[in-house]
Amino acid sequence: MNFANADEFALHMRREIIKMLAASGSGHPGGSLSATDIIAVLFHDEMNIDPANPDKPDRDRFVLSKGHAVPALYAALALRDFFPLDELQQLRKLGSRLQGHPDMHKTPGIDMSTGSLGQGISAACGMALAAKKDGLPCTIYALLGDGETEEGEVWEAAMFAAHYRLDNLIAFLDHNHLQIDGNPRDVLSPEPLNEKWRAFGWKVLEIDGHDTEQIKDAIKEAKQSSGQPVMIIAETVKGKGVSFMENQAGWHGVAPNAEQAEQAISELFWQGE
Amino acid sequence: MTDSKKIATRDAYGKALAELAQENSNLFVMDADLSQSTKSVEFAKVCPERFVNAGIAEGNMIAVAAGLASMGKTVFASSFAVFVTGRAFEQIRNSVCYPRLNVKIAGSHSGITVGEDGGTHQAIADIALMRSLPNMTVLVPADATTTRWMVREAAAYDGPVYLRLGRLAAPVLYPDGYEFKWGKGEIVRMGKDIVVFACGLMVSIALEAAELLAAEGISVAVADLHTIKPLDSDFILEMTERCGAAMTLEEHNIIGGLGSAVAETLAGNSAAPFARCGVEDQFGQSGSPEALLKHYGLDAETVAMKIKQVLARK
Repeated sequence: MNFANADEFALHMRREIIKMLAASGSGHPGGSLSATDIIAVLFHDEMNIDPANPDKPDRDRFVLSKGHAVPALYAALALRDFFPLDELQQLRKLGSRLQGHPDMHKTPGIDMSTGSLGQGISAACGMALAAKKDGLPCTIYALLGDGETEEGEVWEAAMFAAHYRLDNLIAFLDHNHLQIDGNPRDVLSPEPLNEKWRAFGWKVLEIDGHDTEQIKDAIKEAKQSSGQPVMIIAETVKGKGVSFMENQAGWHGVAPNAEQAEQAISELFWQGE
Repeated sequence: MTDSKKIATRDAYGKALAELAQENSNLFVMDADLSQSTKSVEFAKVCPERFVNAGIAEGNMIAVAAGLASMGKTVFASSFAVFVTGRAFEQIRNSVCYPRLNVKIAGSHSGITVGEDGGTHQAIADIALMRSLPNMTVLVPADATTTRWMVREAAAYDGPVYLRLGRLAAPVLYPDGYEFKWGKGEIVRMGKDIVVFACGLMVSIALEAAELLAAEGISVAVADLHTIKPLDSDFILEMTERCGAAMTLEEHNIIGGLGSAVAETLAGNSAAPFARCGVEDQFGQSGSPEALLKHYGLDAETVAMKIKQVLARK
């Protein structure tokens, strides 16, 4: 399938996210929609990947450390022809290749099984280290949630990446300000996130996570980093693009019903540019 | 079969890794700031470019190992058994076993013979934790020869492995080049009255107990169950039926370890008298390894007495 640009790709991702969640009757819309534009830029514009050869050794890697946002990743992979688009309707069903959280052996195009928060960023460190040792020219991308940074392992990984100078590692922080029990500031504040990541030895960039041009520019700048891993803190809106889901913690892990899905889809149409 | 040499399995581990460094350019070794103790430092000395110290952060170490493995590397990740299987349990579960990645977990300082460091550092639940995970292979070498073989086999096998190592020097039971079989129990002493299934250091203790009982006219078979998962069920049933009584012996809680694994095999399949001998659901404490073995009833004399108790039920 062809799309005019990452924005159109992202719009189609959002439509597919809503459709697959309504079909499955369970899943995580809020954090999928907040991460959509970042994943759209990576899979539409940036990553060296080949749907015909999803395991090619020199490909860029993507680790969805906040694995519950996998509907966004499935949408991107299907729209990039890693598997048929209509397979998205099998999300979370018995025997499906599309598990509730990412499974590297079941789904073509998924580089690491994740879902338990904090572990994906560590695995991405291992990938980046292996790529450096082997002289592979690939970039390792990881995407974390803001609530996820309450996990201590994230900071173990942060120390590790800086210590081993993993400048081929580019991480995004989907800063949507909501976890299941509310705003992270009220649950267990991980703030100030930018100062923390800088103090841990990372280069930090701060962008609007729904502005695809800013996302692209940040990746370009991140790729210039020498000796330092890069954290791109992306300000986002949980449930972005669907009016009644935006900024609602209640839409973290609840799927829309048929009527809600129809309303959501009606809000998601391509206006062109 | 025995000779007088004593070598700790952790020492054999370090040496085997160092040997493999030249042979296997795909091999990475990690540690969590305990390389001097786990002996992974022996690999670091000859191959610093493929040794990765993760610092005192076991959870991250295991998931980094998983990332390395996803890129085609074979990774050994070492630490004390209590930390690597306990602190990092969920990383082992979700980042190694669930995706069946090629990571070998080496837990040294297992059991109470850690000694003076005390109960916080003595792993008595690691076998239980590791064998409960799908896709995991669980190996417990009794001596240096077995350890070397296991390290090489584990490196050649594509998938998760847990290797349980000890701090205390253990008698060398097998000659160099002994041909083990993956997943198969070994008879280290033939006998006809009862079979003792043991693992790790306890194989040597079982042999000592068998020797004590031989003087009383009791014939004890000793079997080394070095592969706890997958378990050699046919061997266990055959030996139990042949001897008519069985006991397990391990430096681990009697809940969840070798004893439980053998009991699961015998339940419903054998009516022979059976007992589990190990740490009786309690934590260890400080003391010399020898004093601790005696205190927890894992010295040869106490084991011999327990064997006689099982025989009395025949």
